[in-house]
Amino acid sequence: MTRWRPRLADGTAPVLVVLVVLLVALAFAGPAYSEPAGYLALLKRAAPLVILAIGQYFVVVSGGFDLSVGSLVTAEVVIAARLISGDDGNTAWVIALLLGFGVLVGLVNGLITTKLLVPSFIVTLGMLLVLDGAVFLWTGGAPRGALSPSFRVFGRGSVDLPLLGAVPWSVLILLAVLVAAVLFMRSGTGRTLLAVGDNENAVRLAGGRVERLRLLAFVLSGVLAALAAILLAGFAGVSAQVGQGLEFRAITAVVLGGVLLGGGRGSVVAAAAGALSLEALFSLLNLVGVSGALESAVQGVIIIAAVAYAAHGAGLRQRFRPRKAAPSLP
Amino acid sequence: MSVVQEKVPVARRAQPAGGRRFAFTPTVTVYLALAALLVVGSVLVAVDGGVLLDQGGILNILTRSTVLGLVAVGQTMVIVTGSLDLSVAYLIGLCSLVAAETMAGQGSMVFPGVALALAVAAAVGLVNGLVITVLKANAFIATLGVALILRGWLEHNYTGPAGSVPRSFQHLGYDRIGPVPVAALLMLLIAAGAWWYMRRTRPGYHMYAVGGDIEVARLSGVRTSRTIVTAHVLCALMAGLAGVFLASRLGSGAPYVGTDAGYDLESIAAVVLGGAALAGGRGGVVGTLGGVLILATLDTIFDDLAVDPFFKDVVRGVVLIVAVALYARRKLTSGRAS
Repeated sequence: MTRWRPRLADGTAPVLVVLVVLLVALAFAGPAYSEPAGYLALLKRAAPLVILAIGQYFVVVSGGFDLSVGSLVTAEVVIAARLISGDDGNTAWVIALLLGFGVLVGLVNGLITTKLLVPSFIVTLGMLLVLDGAVFLWTGGAPRGALSPSFRVFGRGSVDLPLLGAVPWSVLILLAVLVAAVLFMRSGTGRTLLAVGDNENAVRLAGGRVERLRLLAFVLSGVLAALAAILLAGFAGVSAQVGQGLEFRAITAVVLGGVLLGGGRGSVVAAAAGALSLEALFSLLNLVGVSGALESAVQGVIIIAAVAYAAHGAGLRQRFRPRKAAPSLP
Repeated sequence: MSVVQEKVPVARRAQPAGGRRFAFTPTVTVYLALAALLVVGSVLVAVDGGVLLDQGGILNILTRSTVLGLVAVGQTMVIVTGSLDLSVAYLIGLCSLVAAETMAGQGSMVFPGVALALAVAAAVGLVNGLVITVLKANAFIATLGVALILRGWLEHNYTGPAGSVPRSFQHLGYDRIGPVPVAALLMLLIAAGAWWYMRRTRPGYHMYAVGGDIEVARLSGVRTSRTIVTAHVLCALMAGLAGVFLASRLGSGAPYVGTDAGYDLESIAAVVLGGAALAGGRGGVVGTLGGVLILATLDTIFDDLAVDPFFKDVVRGVVLIVAVALYARRKLTSGRAS
């Protein structure tokens, strides 16, 4: 008889445990979380960050950074408000344009990284400065225009499903993205992307197209940032600060999910769970009454702890495990 | 080792026979770029009906360079060691507050204020270094985490400027000899000390060794952890000095004085512009100062031309990417040639 057990990639389990603990704690802390609606609201709130974290995961796992996603989100939201200017007729083509802009920014990031051999940290830092400056230059500091109701539906609206009742659009979009990401990471391309982060030369010698995969990672990150911006704009409205700090938050989420900075290790589900844990933690802190100002301090302690655990956890687990025959060194 | 080799050809080749020989060191490239920028800037500003390098212009460039120069020199040490410090911006704000609140307007408290601010800075640098070496956290995450903790502290306890600096201490921020601010001279003095430390002492060479290849350094008998911690403490001390200087200039401590100017990423940009490799092992104080001066000159030119301030960010981003792309290209071609 064959036993089926869920296949979890290495390092996924700890963050899932953390997530479950946080969700249970939420149920005790707040009456809103005693029924599914509360968790659905949490998921809706977390959707943009989770999508950003999935995009960031692709770049991080292939060995890079994308620091430009925060300012890209801001740019997308500001552009959307300006171009739609409250008219429902503009919604469709503006959404297409926003996704296209995300692809374009990702392409530029990726091409400069792969063709000009500039470290992605610097490229995306430069892109951050360029986008921030350009957005302010264009708007003069205060975003103009308005979003249309049909645009905002994706961030705040719900859809009635036969069995589940009202499910927010953003949750459905999030699930679609997550499923697609998992399938992608199980495909040959996804596995090779992971391998690029682990050992670029091996992939190149094995005939993998390293540059093209890197480029793909940045494009995915860009387009997912555009998607996150659409949800965030619908949920939170237009402001010039909407994307501030999101790049570090996304990286925090990815790291919290046990994904190794420098690439080659970690699963996309864990990255998404990391983002959800982060959001759940902020909700919990809010309920317990910790001031918002300390949120970032908590975030800081957590990422250090998560990375330290990832660095030492393997060693600790090995120490408590019955000894197997040590592999002989060559 | 590569450092030594890198320096020799320039020193020996007084004759500019090749001309290309000079372009091979990033440091020379940076100063050539700076000279070109000054010429182009002067012409542009002259066309606009002004003078770039009059007394005010020089003063402006040097004043802008002082704070960024301090932070970037510290950042150079950390980056050369193969690490990174994202916490400097919040640390600057924290140190300006510590200094100003300790002084509380009394002339007698100047020394304790400065000493306490630097002690706080050193402690934060020590934490950075220990988190990286003992907890084995990635430098990016470790210093980002410490930055977030500092930010939480600042946001929780301060809403705006606090403390005040005695009049006697404000001399540090405003006194000058001719067009040259005293503080800029002090910054250069500290930079010279950093140069001496990195290029003329054993611990300094260890920084290059650790940044070049940490395993090789360890096998060669270098105490790698100690080197990394030292680099972080020195970097934090530089940021602390920058905070103290800003307190003297502003007259009080300001929690967000470091982050508003983006000194974390800006200092990294200056170091990279100066020819350092983010992966470590390559770079130097002289190149970094060139990078700092380029950024400060760009700012001053834009001010003189009354360009939209946000356009500066765009240009800065483009300059950064182009510069690093050029370095990467040069490394590629020289790597193929040899």
